[in-house]
This record gives sequence, C-alpha cells and structure tokens, in this order.
Amino acid sequence: MSATNAALNSVPAADSERLLSVENLQVHFPIREGIIFDKTVGQVKAVDGVSFDIRRGETLGLVGESGCGKTTIGRCLLKLETPTAGSIHYAGRDLSRLDAAEMFAYRRQVQAVFQDPFSSLNPRMSVGDIVTEPLVIHDKKATFVERAHKLKELLNICGLPVNLADRYPHEMSGGQRQRVGIARALALRPEFIVCDEAVSALDVSIQAQIIRLLEDLREEFGLTYLFIGHDLSVVRHLCHRVAVMYLGKLVEVGDCDAIFQDAKHPYTQALLMAVPVPDPEKERARSHEYIGGEIPSPRNPPPGCVFNPRCPISENQCKTHIPQSRDLPDGRKVSCHLC
Amino acid sequence: MGKLLQINDLAVEFQTPGGLLQAVNGISYSVSGGEIVAIVGESGSGKSVSALAILGLVPTPPGRVVAGEILFNGIDLLQLDSEALRDIRGRDISMVFQEPMTSLNPVLTIGRQLTEGMKIHLGLNRLQARQRAIEVLTTVGISDPEDRLKQYPHQLSGGMRQRVMIAIALSCKPKLIIADEPTTALDVTIQAQVLSLMENLCKQMDVALVLITHNLGIVARYAERINVMYAGRIVESGTALEVYANPSHPYTVGLLNSVPSLDQERGRRLDPIPGNPPDMAALGEGCSFAPRCRFVQKRCRSEVPPLTLVSDEHRSACWEIDSLRGENAA
Repeated sequence: MSATNAALNSVPAADSERLLSVENLQVHFPIREGIIFDKTVGQVKAVDGVSFDIRRGETLGLVGESGCGKTTIGRCLLKLETPTAGSIHYAGRDLSRLDAAEMFAYRRQVQAVFQDPFSSLNPRMSVGDIVTEPLVIHDKKATFVERAHKLKELLNICGLPVNLADRYPHEMSGGQRQRVGIARALALRPEFIVCDEAVSALDVSIQAQIIRLLEDLREEFGLTYLFIGHDLSVVRHLCHRVAVMYLGKLVEVGDCDAIFQDAKHPYTQALLMAVPVPDPEKERARSHEYIGGEIPSPRNPPPGCVFNPRCPISENQCKTHIPQSRDLPDGRKVSCHLC
Repeated sequence: MGKLLQINDLAVEFQTPGGLLQAVNGISYSVSGGEIVAIVGESGSGKSVSALAILGLVPTPPGRVVAGEILFNGIDLLQLDSEALRDIRGRDISMVFQEPMTSLNPVLTIGRQLTEGMKIHLGLNRLQARQRAIEVLTTVGISDPEDRLKQYPHQLSGGMRQRVMIAIALSCKPKLIIADEPTTALDVTIQAQVLSLMENLCKQMDVALVLITHNLGIVARYAERINVMYAGRIVESGTALEVYANPSHPYTVGLLNSVPSLDQERGRRLDPIPGNPPDMAALGEGCSFAPRCRFVQKRCRSEVPPLTLVSDEHRSACWEIDSLRGENAA
C-alpha cells in the first residue's frame, strides 16, 4: 500500500469525532394540481428516511443516479431545504434549533461547491468580487487591503493567476471557473464543504486537476467533504466512505474499500458492473450482465424494497416488506432482505 | 476489402468574432464495414465537427469545409449536391446525437418521427412504415411499441428517448451510424444498457459505428480502433488494445493518467495534464500540445509533427516519441 493510500485510510479512525449526523431524514415535496384552486394530490418522497454520519476530516461520497435525492440531502445540510422530518446535528447541535446568531456562524462553517461553474457564478461580478463576497458579509471589520491580501492568497491556493481578479466568469474556461467556485468556498476557512457534482461538468484532464486540488485542500485545511457524485471511479478515488442511494433511500453505506471490493447490495453491484474500466484487456474480460429496467418515478415508488422491480435476486418478501438497514460485521450498513 | 468510409485531410473552419477558427485541421481516418471506431477527445477538440462534416451538417455559415474528401463507398460526399446527399443521409449513414430531448421534435409523435425516414428512403406506405416502426422499437427493447408510437418525446424517459433515436437511426438499415456522445446525458446503469444494445444491434446488422466520446472507459469497452483528437488534429490512432497498452502520444498518456479507475489501487495520485486546452482561434505554430507537454523541444514549437507509424497500424504525431518511449520503458 502506498504512502498516500495509508494516509487516505488513516484519517478517520472509527471512533473519531462525529462532525455531522443525519437521522431519519425525510424530504417530501407536495405535488399540486389545478390553477386557481390548487390542491395537493400527492407527494414526491425525494429523501425518505436517510441516516448517516460524517466524521471530522473524512470525505463521504454520496452516489446514485439522477432523481435519487442526493442533491436534496446536500441542500438540507446547507439549510437550503427544510426537512419534512428527521434531524441533522452538526457538531452536536440540532440544525433546526439554531437561533439567528448560531445560524450565521453555521453558514460560515459550511460551504458549497456546485456542479455547473457557469450558473453558480454571478456573471456580472468580477472574480475578485465573487471570491471576497463571503468576507464582506462575515468579516465586516476587515479593511480593503486585508481583503485584497486574502483574495490574492485564495487565488494562489486554488492555482489561479492573480490578474484574474478583474476578469468576469465568461472570460474563463470551465476549469478556471470551478477553481473560482472553490476559492469562494474557502474564503471563510470552513470546516465542511458540500461538493455537489463538483467535477462532473469538466473535461477529463481538467477534472483530474480539480480532484487533485480538492485533495490538496483537504490535507492542508483539514476539511471534511460531502462529495455528491454519480461517477463511481471519481468517488472511489476521493472518498473514505461511500453511501449509495436509490430512489430516496440509502441502500448501502460503508468504507470505500469494502464496498468497492465486495459490494453487498444488488444495486451497488449493478452500478459497479455498469462502469467501464479504461483498459480494454481488463474491461473485455469482465462480465457484463447489466440490470434492465428504468428508475421508477419517485412519485409512485414500488411497494416493498424500492429496487425490487430491477433486482436480479428479488423474492416475494421484497415486493411487500421494506427492508430495514442492518449492520454488517465490517461496520457497513445494508438495506436488503437477502444480503 | 475496400473501406466503407475514408476521410482524407478533412479541414473545417469557423468564422468567429475572434477570428478564423480551425476546428478540424487535416484529419484522415477510415472505417471498415461493421467496425466500431471511436473518436476520443475533450470538448473543442473538433471531434463532433468532424462527424457533422460527414453528413454535410456543419452549420454554414459560420462553418465551412475548406479541404479534404470524405469517401463513402468510393463516392466523395463533399462533391454531392444537397439532394444526392439527402439520399445518403438517414438511409446509408444515420446519426445519434447526445441530447435526445433536443434532437427529437417535441411536437411530433414518436411514430411520425420514426416513419418519416422510412417513407422517404424506403418508399414504404403508411401501414408498412408503421409495421416496420413497431419492429424496430421492439428490437431496441421498448415495451408496448404500438402505444409508444402515439406518444410524444416528453412522455418518455431519457433512456427511452435515446432508444427511440437509435430506432430511428436503424430504421432504414444504414451501413454506418455516427453516434455523438450517445450516452453522456444518461445515468450509468442506463448508459450501459443503451451502449450494449447499440453494440449488439450493430454486430447483428453489420452496421459500422463511429463512436464519439470523451469517456475512456466506454472506448475501452466497445471500440476496436481509436482516433485521439486534440485541437483539431488526430494525434494518435490505432487499435484499442494497442493504444491503451502502449500510448504513444504525450496527450494520450496524460489522458490515461487523468482518469481514476475502478481497477486501480486506491490512493494513487492522479497525474493530470497541466494547463488548459488551447484557444482554437489562436493556435500557435507547431504542435498544439506543446505548451502542456513535458517532453517539449524547440522543434515542437515550430513544426507540426506528422502522424507517423510507430508500429503495425499504430500511428502517433509526436516529435519526441523516443523520449516518451524511453520514459515508459524506464
């Protein structure tokens, strides 16, 4: 095992401090119909009873296909969405009970990097303004010179030339824009960053640069990440632990190595099988039994286990009983009747 | 055996406010019948434009095919008038685009869009076309094909829409399909379904496939031969096995080192290519990869390296191939 690999595995000891704990989180969106007298005709259970912890210094990968609710969880942690039920504790405090001052402090601790660097940066603000805006809000006493100094430092850390400060987002490439988004997230020296598909829109060579940057920053500032993504190779590369979601529910949570070497849940197995390995010899030697079917609409999720219509090993009980999350001896949690 | 498609020195220019842009700069490659050829490159490398040129779909203006020939069964498509080209497009060569929501017409039913080509190219009447439409929808794995014919694109999921696109592409029994990032917009499990379906159908019907993608995993899985594009030129080409085993251009090496892979040791540091892709409107002299290349020498900055044979059927355009090889061997 290489030195870096050892570092990757050693950071979050099993009993290290919990930074964030999510318990039975539910987010339901009402479906309204009618134009004048609209009424609620149903619910989309975007997130339906999700529990997980994130330890300090750890990177948790949240993977799943589109519509599975992974972004909604990220938005709940950022307080951009109010959960229907369940609780989120950050450093021991319940997020739903923060008063205004605590909320202000929380927003400083927790930052976000979004997928699309085109729409997540204000096109009318210069890079300098974008990156220093958090400072203007949270560090009111800082002088202009101090801010300029900080800006220079942030651009440096993120590998951007300092003369970019006067430029506007449209003048930059996708990779540079994503670096600006990261610099903005770092401005207040947060503890925790939600990366929502932060590298998905980038070209291969630029994606690798941004992954390297995220790794370096994690080491330098002791950051904790929630890394939301759909690319399993990237998630495996960057994360200590991984949580796999399907249709609003977590199907498997555990250490990256355990899950990627020996996935238990049939959905995790199917996901892994579907990702081609960039090596023709190995790839062509692999078995390719792709699961059929489509992801059901979260408006009418199937009864029982939500994965049962596509599951290759489903039995009768899967169609009627919702599987509960179980702890396996190696510390991971799986929601499946049959594994 | 003659080549089904032979592209020679194709060049495409775009007139932009920033100046003349060489989107495709003298590329040559060929596709044999029934073969899967991948064109790999990052955005702006000219991979899509080169494919659009085959079908005469480069938007003109601002684009213009300025040089080269595209021989399909020996006929130069660039010399054909628009009517003759229309006969080939959709019948002998068809196309699958990336975004099935924008490439299907939202106000026409699936049935109408599926049968249009068959009526024109195969001369089928309404009933025959409908029958054939049901057949192709079944082959692409769509359930209740008769009901689907009456539906509109927005009523289908992304994976279903892409299957409909493939059905349209196959409906006139083409000899060549050009697929431009056919699964980039789809989820991984759906992507695997759609791609293996395309592969199976192409093998069954002996249809050649030009697969344009940036995903090196997909290329490794499906392609028999690869052309790697960078800044409008092919920088490396060869069989998939050969190119992955012995990448012979610094850009290809960099790409392969940039992707995290499920089969590699975790914790391996990625080794990204430094810098950004070049501004296509302001390409300098010499090799376009030179500013990002570790092996760069004086000559690279002044002369464009030609695509030369490095081993059987494997070509690379690099002046410093010996230093690259030397490092690989070390």
